[in-house]
Amino acid sequence: MDDLLSVNDLHVSYGLSRILHGISLNVRRGELVSLVGRNGVGKSTTMRAIMGLTPPRSGSVRWKGQEIARRKSHLNARAGIGYVPEDRRIFSGLSVWENLDVARLPAHDGIAAWDEARVFEFFPDLERFRDRKGGLLSGGQQQMLTIARTLMGNPELLLLDEPSEGLAPLIVANMREKIQELKAAGLSIILAEQNLDFVLALSDRCYVLEKGEIVFEGTAEELRNNTEVQDRYLHI
Amino acid sequence: MFSNPAFLTIQVLNSLSLAMNLFIIASALTLIFGVLRIVNFAHGAFYMIGAYVLYSVVGSFGETDLGFWTGVIAAGVVMAAVAYVVERFLLSRLYDKEHLLQLLFTFALVLIIKDAVIIIWGAPQYSVSFPPMLSGAVNLGITYYPTYLLFLCILGPLVAIGLWLGLEKTRWGRILRAARLDREMLGALGTDVTKVFSAVFVIGAAMAAIGGALAAPRVAVDPGMDALVIIDCFIIVIIGGIGSLWGSFVGALILGFLTVFGTLIFREWEIVLVYVMMIGVLLVRPWGLFGQPEAERH
Repeated sequence: MDDLLSVNDLHVSYGLSRILHGISLNVRRGELVSLVGRNGVGKSTTMRAIMGLTPPRSGSVRWKGQEIARRKSHLNARAGIGYVPEDRRIFSGLSVWENLDVARLPAHDGIAAWDEARVFEFFPDLERFRDRKGGLLSGGQQQMLTIARTLMGNPELLLLDEPSEGLAPLIVANMREKIQELKAAGLSIILAEQNLDFVLALSDRCYVLEKGEIVFEGTAEELRNNTEVQDRYLHI
Repeated sequence: MFSNPAFLTIQVLNSLSLAMNLFIIASALTLIFGVLRIVNFAHGAFYMIGAYVLYSVVGSFGETDLGFWTGVIAAGVVMAAVAYVVERFLLSRLYDKEHLLQLLFTFALVLIIKDAVIIIWGAPQYSVSFPPMLSGAVNLGITYYPTYLLFLCILGPLVAIGLWLGLEKTRWGRILRAARLDREMLGALGTDVTKVFSAVFVIGAAMAAIGGALAAPRVAVDPGMDALVIIDCFIIVIIGGIGSLWGSFVGALILGFLTVFGTLIFREWEIVLVYVMMIGVLLVRPWGLFGQPEAERH
């Protein structure tokens, strides 16, 4: 009952094609939960449905006990859900600082507020490019900016969609540290990833998805030891 | 005839005053398109409403400065109220529908507004005088020029700078620019994008009406005035680059000079000149002089 977020039997279709068939998952306060699986199994759609960007056909999404399925995304953002999209979606014509500024939302009680000073302290690279247009940043910088931008909204839960995608190994390692720090700062996180090492190093619990369904659920330790699930659903 | 400096000066100022009047209207059209992605055919009709409101206010106040400027403000306020109702209750239902429905809707508005104008004000042609404080002419040394038209020449750049500062230097402007680039992402970051759309449509419509009120003393106020201006505005926005503020500024200047000098040199062939120029621009830069190709927007 003390779940921060609980998703129950979520079904999503795009037109005639059914993407999610009854996804159920939950996140407790302070937890890092991963959605793992190959490309196109429904990880991003699950996040979009939680955020209110893709309305589910049926099922429930509860945030702190309140039903939010089909609620508009800006209300979910204001309620404390932060969305970091897979393709980063930086406002290319806005500077780094402007990207942060448009995402500013008041902090919730009892949580240390994010502002540009704290964000720049957290991602020192971004401060150097404060006035550079978002579209001119490198992939790694854009990934930092998209996370920093969402942090400006002072989320309690972060939906992180493939933060390691397309980044050089050194930057992936750095990203891993940053996510660990966010978790240590008290943020709850749902992480969608294909990179298994990344997932196992960070997660408390994992859900493995296949064709829009959850086929495995367990702790990171259990997933690490379950080579059968790894072979069947994760390795290429 | 161009060797006469007085004549040349007057023609240049005629071009500028026409261009700047059109800019105020076209910049609002490009703003609405940039954010809402809606081609607003009714923009000319909004301009016409502004001119008629001014005519009525001047009629009841008498031809005084107070009457004129009250009329200009009233044009903006009346149009803003109408636009708010139109956007909130009708247009907002079409945002996630296909573009054709949005086009049909704004085109329907053109017809409805035109009939409403004829019902309220009748079909005759009205004229409005310059406000007393700006009537008369200014001595420019080599020639005299109407004060009011000179005022329009100065007002245009001020509006451009004001809009630019608003877009670049205020949080509101930053949110508008972000909405132009990725409205869904902006919503997911906590901005109620429907409110942004509503505000942009209302502000854009009010600017068109104020542009119409300011145009009233230099044009004939009649139920056909919307058609002329909407074509000019579309040409300006297309050659300048859809969604670009400075594009519409430069586009307005090009159209102003082509119209005035084209008419002097080519007489009735002037209209051909404008379209040839538009085709030329689109051949070289299909996205307009200051626009960006669709693929590079993200």
